[in-house]
Amino acid sequence: MISDAVQEVKYQVPSLDVTTRTQPIIEVENLVKRYRKADRNAVDGVSFKVMPGEMFALLGPNGAGKTTTISILTTTLAATAGRVKIAGYDAETQSSAVRQNVGIIFQNPSLDMNLTGEENVRFHAILYGLYGFRPTYSTMPREYREQILKLAEILELDKDIFKPVRTFSGGMRRKLEIIRSLMHRPRVLFLDEPTTGLDAQSRITLWQYLRRVREEAEITICLTTHYLEEAEEADRICIINMGKVVAYGTPVEVKANLIDEYLVIDAEDRKQLRGELESREIHFTEIPQFRIGLNGITVHQILKSIETPLTHVQTHLPSLEDAYLAIIGSGDDE
Amino acid sequence: MNNVNAIAVLAYRDLMKFLRDKPRLISTFIFPFIFIVALGGSLQAGFGSDIGYNFMTFTFTGVFAQTLFQSSTMGIISIMDDRDNDFSQEIFVSPISRYAIVFGKILGESLVALAQGIGILAFAAVIGVPISLPQMLIMIPIGIAICLVGGSFGLIIISNLANRRLADQIFPFVMLPQFFLAGVFSPIKRLPIYLDVLSHISPMRYAVDLTRSLFYTGQPEYPKVVLDGVFINLIVMSAMFALFLVLGTYFFVRNERNR
Repeated sequence: MISDAVQEVKYQVPSLDVTTRTQPIIEVENLVKRYRKADRNAVDGVSFKVMPGEMFALLGPNGAGKTTTISILTTTLAATAGRVKIAGYDAETQSSAVRQNVGIIFQNPSLDMNLTGEENVRFHAILYGLYGFRPTYSTMPREYREQILKLAEILELDKDIFKPVRTFSGGMRRKLEIIRSLMHRPRVLFLDEPTTGLDAQSRITLWQYLRRVREEAEITICLTTHYLEEAEEADRICIINMGKVVAYGTPVEVKANLIDEYLVIDAEDRKQLRGELESREIHFTEIPQFRIGLNGITVHQILKSIETPLTHVQTHLPSLEDAYLAIIGSGDDE
Repeated sequence: MNNVNAIAVLAYRDLMKFLRDKPRLISTFIFPFIFIVALGGSLQAGFGSDIGYNFMTFTFTGVFAQTLFQSSTMGIISIMDDRDNDFSQEIFVSPISRYAIVFGKILGESLVALAQGIGILAFAAVIGVPISLPQMLIMIPIGIAICLVGGSFGLIIISNLANRRLADQIFPFVMLPQFFLAGVFSPIKRLPIYLDVLSHISPMRYAVDLTRSLFYTGQPEYPKVVLDGVFINLIVMSAMFALFLVLGTYFFVRNERNR
């Protein structure tokens, strides 16, 4: 119980303004998974929350435990310990209700190559109890036909939806999977490394589609990735490494908490500069240039207060990549 | 109702997959052809009428049962094919009962096996195996019963296997001995006691014997080829089906989630 409270405090992050009054749609508390015959936990006490409508990214290197976490969240894998709630339902005891409320796009395409795009989608719709079984597209209800055509249009797949999936490119297959996963109008869409194996162009357009889909379908998106630039697009990120959460918050918060912004200055007369900084009570470290932390003080304020002629001025603003590498690097033995 | 639709769509998908896979379509008819024509025909020529019944017909009834049984058993492996790479993942995250998934799969593979069975029947008629229209028609319900048992047998075998590769390695060992223990193309009326025991625990034995007990009804050869009779075969097969289905699904689902 005490450890629960500690976790609570540790990950208490100021909520985004749109979500202050609502309950989290995903709640993960102290999740642990140890595979049979494994000697360490693949997921080791992970906790996080996702608010409705957020784009949430689970970031980490290969083998960090991302896919394991997502498998437990989508009820295909049983947890060793901990609690998971999706849309208010417990993943362990109410798995059927959870499944009804989530859409999943797996790391490897889960399409049936022998079927056409439309058949893949139709089978999904029937499996999710949206419509009764019909052997052909034309015998399906009008509502179904309109829904699939609309989604195909949004994702620009309308010309190809009736062709065999075998003939689709990687990007088209991903788009088809998105269409399929949205048919039962899930409240949360999980994507496990959705852009892996796609070229740069397809990756960018996939993100555009995801944003459009999020707006049109009013959905929460939870994805895993090992690409930083993707996570930087998210509202909130959770970085995990070796099965543990190492950073959690908005990209801005993660950046701010993990790496200090600092200013590096230098002068020909270092003695004079040192004296001046000391008299102004500005903390610094000599590396041998002068490195000044920018906590609660702006570059402008510092420069304004210095009269010694400077030979070097450089501000250091960390990218998320710096933060990420700093975190991953500290625990990485690969 | 939802589960009924799910079962229908799962079964339909398997049948579609089979019908669209031309190499598989062709290869499924090659083995029955070899057994009935080459093996049945050569034994008939070798033993002639000494044995007291037509060996080609005997082999045909055995191979019919064996093909359906084996096809539905092997078809079930594709449920593991694969947890990482196929439509199976999509099936397992859908909000339908695990029993519906497994039953839909068994039904689908049964449909595939039945399609093969009908092919074998047509083929047998063409090459001149003596078979009447009523005999042909009774083969259809027999075929369905055999497929259900074969499918549930496949399920109980794979339910405790970790992956497809392991399943592929184990299947020859559980299938091939049954060819002989079930008397697919060899008479097993008189067996040494240890083989007789093994024969009695081979599910395929009852599938083959059910086929022959109905096919040979009213024929003079009946006492020479039939072992247990319709009634006992049906009881044993129903019991096996129920047991394999319930236990197989239980273990399969448990192992699927508790990795």
